[in-house]
Amino acid sequence: MFDQPNTLPAAPGVGYKPQHYSDILADAGPVRWLEIHAENYMGDGGRPIAQLRFLADRFPISVHGVGLSIGGETPLDPSHLARLKYLCDWLNPASFSEHLAWSTHDSGFLNDLLPLPYTNATLARVCSHIDQVQETLGRRMLLENPSSYLAFAESTYDEPAFLAEVSKRTGCGLLLDVNNIFVSATNLNYDPRAYVDAFPLDQVGEIHLGGHDEDEDDHGAPLLIDSHGREVADPVWTLLDYVLEKSGPRPTLIEWDTDVPDWATLALEAARAEAALDKVPA
Amino acid sequence: MTQTDFTTAIFDPARPVPAGLTDAAGRPAGKRFSVYRNNVAVSLKEALETGFPATARLLGEANFETLAQRYLRARPPQSPLMMLFGEGFADYIAAIPALKSLGYLPDVARLEYAMRQSYHAGDAAPLDPAKLAALPPEALNRARLSFAPAVRLVLSDWPIHAIRQKALEPDAPNPPGTAQPVLITRPNYDPVPHPLAPEQAVLIAALMDGATLSRALTQAPRADLGAVLSLLLAQSALTDIDVETPK
Repeated sequence: MFDQPNTLPAAPGVGYKPQHYSDILADAGPVRWLEIHAENYMGDGGRPIAQLRFLADRFPISVHGVGLSIGGETPLDPSHLARLKYLCDWLNPASFSEHLAWSTHDSGFLNDLLPLPYTNATLARVCSHIDQVQETLGRRMLLENPSSYLAFAESTYDEPAFLAEVSKRTGCGLLLDVNNIFVSATNLNYDPRAYVDAFPLDQVGEIHLGGHDEDEDDHGAPLLIDSHGREVADPVWTLLDYVLEKSGPRPTLIEWDTDVPDWATLALEAARAEAALDKVPA
Repeated sequence: MTQTDFTTAIFDPARPVPAGLTDAAGRPAGKRFSVYRNNVAVSLKEALETGFPATARLLGEANFETLAQRYLRARPPQSPLMMLFGEGFADYIAAIPALKSLGYLPDVARLEYAMRQSYHAGDAAPLDPAKLAALPPEALNRARLSFAPAVRLVLSDWPIHAIRQKALEPDAPNPPGTAQPVLITRPNYDPVPHPLAPEQAVLIAALMDGATLSRALTQAPRADLGAVLSLLLAQSALTDIDVETPK
């Protein structure tokens, strides 16, 4: 649909944290590309922008938005969309992605990825917002599956069918967060492999992996929290193998956003992703 | 259920979980909804603490938590840029009667917000000192200075520089009994706070306002212009100097 001037390699990447800047430049290990949160690079200048310019000369960059509120009932914030366009225009990233979620309401920005009912009304709204984003940026975007803690009684689509329909209608690609599948499948009591089987894997331009915390709901059932604050759990690695067998190698990102570890620890996680990618034929 | 219903329940834990939210068996979501309540409350409080670490330490953990939870509900961020969250925090603090005894706190918060905005401000090539040196003395009087986008001036009647330092580093000197307006410069990528004598602050405020050097000096006759210019040049705080054409 749109020209992609460069693309992410089907190799490990990590979510970039400024404290790893020198380590990455000294020895990136298995890490071949970096992902940034768009909103952290929307200032006018200073160190964040200077570091990003320097890194972008050396690594493919994925811009991952966390504030666009694609699923919001309110119109997309035109000034935020303009900032995003400015960033994508000067940086020319290998990928831009956002979430199937909402975060902005008339009263303000809630700084969390909030859930959506999968209905025809949501579908129409999300598709219209994605059309607007892709037209404004002049590039194809990827939409990420959320982690869910609850269900909506009014939903009429399951999540893979909903995302497949969004992709079909808008031409957007998908970002498959394998930890989110595992978290949602545990929390909502379904089979994560069945989710993968139903997912339009040919549209997947990127995979995410992150750590989760364990809790319990009011009835003592497991309630997993998508915290991005620790190593990727073993069953998530197993589920990644299942995905990659079906999809082939894809750009695969380690997300570690809270209690950020030292570079060696993060690089070990990336090495584990590399081993998983190496197991499947290209 | 609308996103307004959802948002209202997120911000008010006393409200029931909105209808139509369930677990896999169709039972009411209960604690599952609290995950979102918690995510919003914790992430916004942490965002505030990132921007206002000294304010948080001065209040102590429990008081800051209470204040942050009140603030994020009364004034939720209006932008997804967390670097801007807390623009009105200082004024909000100033209006709370229970915090009146910490009279310096709003100005410390103002200083912290200014430091953060300086960090993210645009880059600019500094003024070549030779351009200033080449001006004849009589032209200097008519000159106006252009400041780098990262420069900020925070006026205060309190020793906010030392109070902030002491809050962040307990080994720092005790605050003096005098006012410390603060000039923030960004010679490289890290904002640097400089405590000023009040007279210097008046001079710099006038210069930042676009006054000529002589006009600024009439507002701050006892300020040491040479010292102020040396500081501004050494800190790459100036981008240009323009001489007004004589009338």
